[in-house]
Amino acid sequence: MIEINDLHKQFGKLKVLNGVNLNLEKGSCVSLLGPNASGKTTLLKIILGIVRPSQGTVTLNGINALKDFRCRDFIGYMPQIGRYPDTMRVGQVVDLLKSLRKPMDGYDDELIEAYGLNQIYHKSIGSLSGGTRQKVSACLAFLFRSQILILDEPTAGLDPLSSEILKEKIQKEAGEDRLIIVTSHILSDLQDVSSHVVYLNEGEVVLFETLQQLLERTNERTLPKAVAAIMKNLIYA
Amino acid sequence: MLKIIRYILLDILRSKVIVAYTLFLFIITFSLYMLDENPAKSTLSIVNINLIIIPLVSIIFTTIHYYNSYEFMELLVAQPISRKLIILGEFLGVTLSLAISFLIGVGVPVSIFNPTQSGLSVLISGFMITIVFASLAFLCSVMTKDKSRGIGASILVWLFFTIMYDGMIMFVLFAFSDYPIEPVIVILSHFNPVDLARIFMLIRLDVSAMMGYTGAVYLDYFGHFKGMLFSFLVMNVWIALPVFLSIRIFDRKDL
Repeated sequence: MIEINDLHKQFGKLKVLNGVNLNLEKGSCVSLLGPNASGKTTLLKIILGIVRPSQGTVTLNGINALKDFRCRDFIGYMPQIGRYPDTMRVGQVVDLLKSLRKPMDGYDDELIEAYGLNQIYHKSIGSLSGGTRQKVSACLAFLFRSQILILDEPTAGLDPLSSEILKEKIQKEAGEDRLIIVTSHILSDLQDVSSHVVYLNEGEVVLFETLQQLLERTNERTLPKAVAAIMKNLIYA
Repeated sequence: MLKIIRYILLDILRSKVIVAYTLFLFIITFSLYMLDENPAKSTLSIVNINLIIIPLVSIIFTTIHYYNSYEFMELLVAQPISRKLIILGEFLGVTLSLAISFLIGVGVPVSIFNPTQSGLSVLISGFMITIVFASLAFLCSVMTKDKSRGIGASILVWLFFTIMYDGMIMFVLFAFSDYPIEPVIVILSHFNPVDLARIFMLIRLDVSAMMGYTGAVYLDYFGHFKGMLFSFLVMNVWIALPVFLSIRIFDRKDL
């Protein structure tokens, strides 16, 4: 569904991505892991067309994602830090996006209801707390029933209840014809959700395998421990 | 794109700066006409407003608006909308509101007191200069990520075209006064949109004292009709080129 070939990105002298090759298929839920500044967010932003790569290609359902903006029709995106115009009201943001974009199969407002977002439609974005903003981002990402969901640190800043609601929603939405990509540092959150694991280190893919394979190879029972084992290997290798 | 323009127009109207600007222009032009019995003289004062205040407000307002709507553009870029349309919509939204406020603020008094061809030429050139400086502002803003540097660059551009460029022309003029320099001056005047606007207005007003050296040479070189036509066409280039460049830069940059 998403094919990434030899992707490089440099910000000035700083090399962020160093030849990333990935082939992500539908029906999987991929955890994108890696230490800080390993290039996770940059990779996601390149798939979305927010950041332009220095070299390489991204193909999305056969469409060149770097050239053709229409491929974003397939993507629902939840940014790490949701930034919206401060003067807009929550309802206006939702309406604006609805007016600009056709849903795949009717709107999905389950999350809007679960978070009670419609009760704060009249509030301006500027007056919202960080967590509430995060909820707005989450609702917008799921709103269009997109085939591909890209969630960048979805549970960061959410209270335990909201974070649980979101996790359940992710699990529910994962399915045959979906591809979900999640990054998070809260690995226990990802354990129940993900089917595949990608580990990025200094802009390179260190491993890409199913969760099952990873657990068997490292001889651990949980994702956090398996990842800890990999990180140790990387540091001492 | 129409939805983007509509949103931006509503957003600008809500901020009330544009309303204050319209009122300011209206009061100034209106009182200039009230001060003097001869509307032609007042029109001359309005020319000066056109050449100094309007470029300044246009370029600063557009730059600030660009940086303030950065989040809005960030939101749209992740959606299935072409980046070119986003930046073009942004540009048209801002330009439209500035142009409308100029046409109301200056246009209404001018069409009451001086509904002549010279009044019309003042309106056309003010309208053009508004758009020219908005498009220059876009170019400055897409090139710098930092807000304060962007605004600084805009002010420099304004300063350069309204004040420094004239000085440079004067310098060239004195340094090479022994040579037939007129054709060079005509060419050089095309590199300053403020000069072009001044020439465009004053050819019609026929006030040689205010025309400046470039204007006089220009008129001599092209004559009335050709001079107006040509300066108008080149002002269009001054709009199209920065807009084209800023769309290109915006399309390729990281947000």
